[in-house]
Amino acid sequence: MESWLVRPISEIAAAVTRGDVSAEEIARASLAAIEHKDPSLGAFLTVSADAALAQARAVDAKRARGEKLGKLAGVPVALKDALCTRGVPTTCGSKILARGARGWHPPYDATVVTRLKEADAVLPGKCNMDEFAMGSSTENSAYFPAKNPWDRSRSPGGSSGGSAVAVAARMTAGALGSDTGGSIRQPAAFTNVVGVKPTYGRVSRFGLVAFASSLDQIGPFAVDVRGAARVLEVIAGHDPSDATSLAEPVGAYEAACGKSPRGIRIGVPEEYFAEGLEAEVSASVRTAIDDLARAGCLIRPIKLPHTAYAVATYYILATAEASSNLARFDGVRFGLRVEPPRGTLADMYGQTRDTGFGDEVKRRIMLGTYVLSAGYYDAYYLKAQRVRTLIRRDFERAFSEVDLIATPTSPVPPFRLGERVKDPLSMYLADVYTLPASLAGLPALSLPCAPTAPREDRPALPVGLQLMAAPLDEERLFTVAAAFEAVSPARSLALPPA
Amino acid sequence: MPTETVKGQAFLGEEEVRKVAKLARLELRTDEIVRMTAELSAIVRYVQKLGELDTTDVVPMAHVRLARTVLREDAPRAGLSHDDALAEAPRVAHDGFAVPAFVDD
Repeated sequence: MESWLVRPISEIAAAVTRGDVSAEEIARASLAAIEHKDPSLGAFLTVSADAALAQARAVDAKRARGEKLGKLAGVPVALKDALCTRGVPTTCGSKILARGARGWHPPYDATVVTRLKEADAVLPGKCNMDEFAMGSSTENSAYFPAKNPWDRSRSPGGSSGGSAVAVAARMTAGALGSDTGGSIRQPAAFTNVVGVKPTYGRVSRFGLVAFASSLDQIGPFAVDVRGAARVLEVIAGHDPSDATSLAEPVGAYEAACGKSPRGIRIGVPEEYFAEGLEAEVSASVRTAIDDLARAGCLIRPIKLPHTAYAVATYYILATAEASSNLARFDGVRFGLRVEPPRGTLADMYGQTRDTGFGDEVKRRIMLGTYVLSAGYYDAYYLKAQRVRTLIRRDFERAFSEVDLIATPTSPVPPFRLGERVKDPLSMYLADVYTLPASLAGLPALSLPCAPTAPREDRPALPVGLQLMAAPLDEERLFTVAAAFEAVSPARSLALPPA
Repeated sequence: MPTETVKGQAFLGEEEVRKVAKLARLELRTDEIVRMTAELSAIVRYVQKLGELDTTDVVPMAHVRLARTVLREDAPRAGLSHDDALAEAPRVAHDGFAVPAFVDD
């Protein structure tokens, strides 16, 4: 049964559509895989077995009536727990969205959830994440850390670590995550799957618990490029409920996967191969770029001179926005409330927030409040906004010379659980290669390239190749990614150890 | 930070952290204040790096410039029902959200 889940999304949907297998059988296989594998991986916060089986039966019934099935017919897709689901608890990895054992029950579905359902996907559960998507290891989950299926002593990355693990360990065929500064791409790189952060505005955020609204974007995970392209086609597009969602027509992402990459110009920025990059990661990514040249891409050196300022810029802007967005968690209307006897409203706010938020969330709310406070606004917040302009200009200049940019996704392979979590700044610096595209609003994806060689102290570990494109140029991203995937040595790492 | 805007120091003191916690409506314990002071100082020292850049005449970017966004039609549509809105309330009284009595604090 489980064998269905090792197949790519397009094959599962085709088999369900043809009637080779029922959606219910696939859903049961997914639920069985979760039950069997997840206790040692920690990818799921909530498993909604009954709802998933009901969705699957509805798909089978639709087929029995002779109706046309959607693009994701019977495909199990896991959801990051930052996405609102009506009838299924949503915690955003936080205790502040739980009262006792009961998680918050949102009154509506996120737009992406509605679109997955309309495409006949089946949704088996909600995935573990760093609390409020703040983190790069899933260790900031208020519940438990997620573990990397390639080496359980290591982090799967974050913040969408649970979503990446669900796909990497073949518990589901696809997953959705959200990416504010690399939270889809980095866990994809760490777990050997494909992860896509679309152009800012390409996917509706309606029903995504907000972290940093000028950066947040929802995107897919899949084991293959084509699968990720198909899920993006389903979830992308204008939504009247999100004023930042773009009206531009959705591209033919899956069709783009079959196109020739010949003649596409790929820029390689020297700033992404500088100090701090592990030698083996560098070698793997450079080999991947050589493979792209052999596939007919034209490789050009480029410069992105403000790269080194992205981490500082991001941690000022994202925390400022978070401090504002998270003001809504005040214990009044939903979630946790701590109400001291004879306490005032201010006591209730203060104690609810101190009890409900974890350390990293408090740290970021504090930093964000500080950089926005009187006397510091110009020096930090406004300054960071100006540097953000410089970073965007770097990319505008680069994209006048090349079509795509190729870099490592992360400077290091998956790190050990506990290795960075005690030093917030070292964790922030792990995002150095993913933050610039977020700040500039660009589409970017990570896909597996050659793993590191096994050593005495660690097994072979996944490495991600990051490709970035100009706004709304997702199609070219998929064309080149699919061309590389066809020759990528990462296929030897396709399935993690049981 | 850049000389023209220097107002703060390269680190935060506990007093300042207390003040920020109050603004953020976080009732931090004393041990949290101590730890937070050290951690925030390290991060603030790091972000001072931006001061190396001359950003005179650079326009601040609050948001990615969106190619084309459309506002929805200004037509009434159903919102959350009263029951749905109150369904998750920690405490309900008189058919509304109940909070502790407050004057102005």
